[in-house]
Amino acid sequence: MNPSPRFIFQTILLAIRQIRAHKLRSFLTTLGIMIGVASVSTVIAALTGLKDQVLSEFESFGASKMFIFPDQPDRAGQNRYPWREIKLKERELEGLVENCPSFEQFSPNTDFRATVIHGRKEVPNINVVGIWPTWHDIENRPVIMGRPFVEADEIDAKPVAIVNDDAITELELPPDPVGSIIMVKGRRFLIVGVIETNRTGMMSFQPEQTEIWVPFSTARRMQSPWSFFYVTGQVKSPDLVDEATAEVRYVMRSMRQLGPDDPDTFRIEAIDQYIEQFGKLATGITAIAAGIVAISLLVGGIGIMNIMLVSVSERTREIGLRKAVGATPSAIMLQFLLEAVVLSLLGGLIGLVLGQGLAFLLTIPEQGLQSARIPSWAVALAVAFSAGTGVIFGFFPAMKAARLDPIEALRHE
Amino acid sequence: MIIRVTNLRREFTVGIETIHALDGVDLSIERGEMVAIMGSSGSGKSTLMNILGCLDRPTSGTYELDGKFVSGMDEKELARVRNEKIGFVFQSFELLPRTPALANVELPLLYADQPGDRRARAVRALERVGLADRMDHRPNQLSGGQKQRVAVARALLTDPALLLADEPTGNLDTKTTEEIMRLFVDLHDEGRTVVIVTHEPEIAEWCTRVVRLRDGLIESDRSVEPRR
Repeated sequence: MNPSPRFIFQTILLAIRQIRAHKLRSFLTTLGIMIGVASVSTVIAALTGLKDQVLSEFESFGASKMFIFPDQPDRAGQNRYPWREIKLKERELEGLVENCPSFEQFSPNTDFRATVIHGRKEVPNINVVGIWPTWHDIENRPVIMGRPFVEADEIDAKPVAIVNDDAITELELPPDPVGSIIMVKGRRFLIVGVIETNRTGMMSFQPEQTEIWVPFSTARRMQSPWSFFYVTGQVKSPDLVDEATAEVRYVMRSMRQLGPDDPDTFRIEAIDQYIEQFGKLATGITAIAAGIVAISLLVGGIGIMNIMLVSVSERTREIGLRKAVGATPSAIMLQFLLEAVVLSLLGGLIGLVLGQGLAFLLTIPEQGLQSARIPSWAVALAVAFSAGTGVIFGFFPAMKAARLDPIEALRHE
Repeated sequence: MIIRVTNLRREFTVGIETIHALDGVDLSIERGEMVAIMGSSGSGKSTLMNILGCLDRPTSGTYELDGKFVSGMDEKELARVRNEKIGFVFQSFELLPRTPALANVELPLLYADQPGDRRARAVRALERVGLADRMDHRPNQLSGGQKQRVAVARALLTDPALLLADEPTGNLDTKTTEEIMRLFVDLHDEGRTVVIVTHEPEIAEWCTRVVRLRDGLIESDRSVEPRR
């Protein structure tokens, strides 16, 4: 049979009338599909929002940033490299600056914990970070008061410090602390500048915390000889990340005189690697969510099949009559198949509306996922899968109806 | 000739036993006749009705309906023949519950590919059986006689060659029975071919011809003077 559009339309109307005639039953039947679609679309909406947030986080962090760390290579069964060969050295820094044309600038980073005293106020265990003047540009953290570090601070290893605005309250500094003296690890430091505390993004959950920066060379003199540093570099443009990685690797290997078979004794990381890792994680979570939706559609589908079998059995005489007045087996088949499809589509659509509502709730709190939303591909998929569930699980009951013998069906009590 | 049946046999197998429900039936019905098919239960009258109504197929023999050889058609073709050539009236009406009379009458047209205004045809059919004022009533709002009138209107809808009624008054009281039988007589007077399967002699009285079956064979077949 080649069903006419009119026939299909009439049959869909019939299906809707059947569903309306059994409202509670239809609702309970599609509950499985509803809950499945609602929960999965919420998860996907949350994930989409999280992805947007994390990506923009990385963007603001700087897509053109790279890191160089000392790293013990993973060589099973072989000797480990001694630490003095692994750790980065000041002369290697010079080599990087001179030989890596893809880089705009570098800054070493090192830190240590120290007790900081201002007047009678003593705060233990404060993180003190040693940096080059280039750090301000690389991290995009200019001073809001006073001056940034300059070349002379570094060359002369001056006892100067920059603090963040949290330090003003914590160390009870005057509102404009430039010119104040603080004691760091027993040494006098002159505060020359103030940097705004970084409160945006993922790190924003931290409580108020003092940060102190000193020139890199000054920090090195206050550290133990075993302490290490790492390097932050800014690539000239984000598309040069691969070339920059290759340059650093080449320069570092030749400075360390590593042979062709020797592994790297350092590690290079770029922001885009983190993005890639996060992308993999998100894909994994999406796959798990897809698995959940598959299970819930299976369970929902069995519910649909059950109720359709009940419906076929209840309406045996009706099927007999329809056949007597000229319905072909395929017309009966289509009628019950469409009823199952309409039923599960309805469940899927209600589920989507619920999911949309939950996704909206996610965007309400200030710390929430502002861009949580159900992407259109997920909407299309949910609709397609719930319709598919109707077809697959409605098939057997519809087949049963289509095969009924009209004489037997009309005699059915 | 609207119906021509020759040497019709229908066998059923129950376990290892073969039952000959129809054992060689020959029957011809002219256009415009009003025939009662009678017989006790087990006589084969239901089986004959099922085959005449194209709901069942004979084991052997031929059946020609309105110039078409129906025996040998497949299920799909039979469905089409039922839709176009046969109007059924059942003992228990078989109306769709919760569905207005008009929609019930329209049902056969859902499966037909005849063009035209379906609603108007259904309205005319309901008017023909005298239920013009009951179109929007649901079966549970109608009396037994009214339900059977709706069923007759439904049977008339596709203007069938044969009106086939199976104990059409079995669920009705005496007064309503007479109403329904008068409706069939009127339809017969308009030139329609009516076949009524019944075991009640009072029903057969209205017909122009009575065919009696016994043990799968025609026992008697005679024209009678109908009651009017």
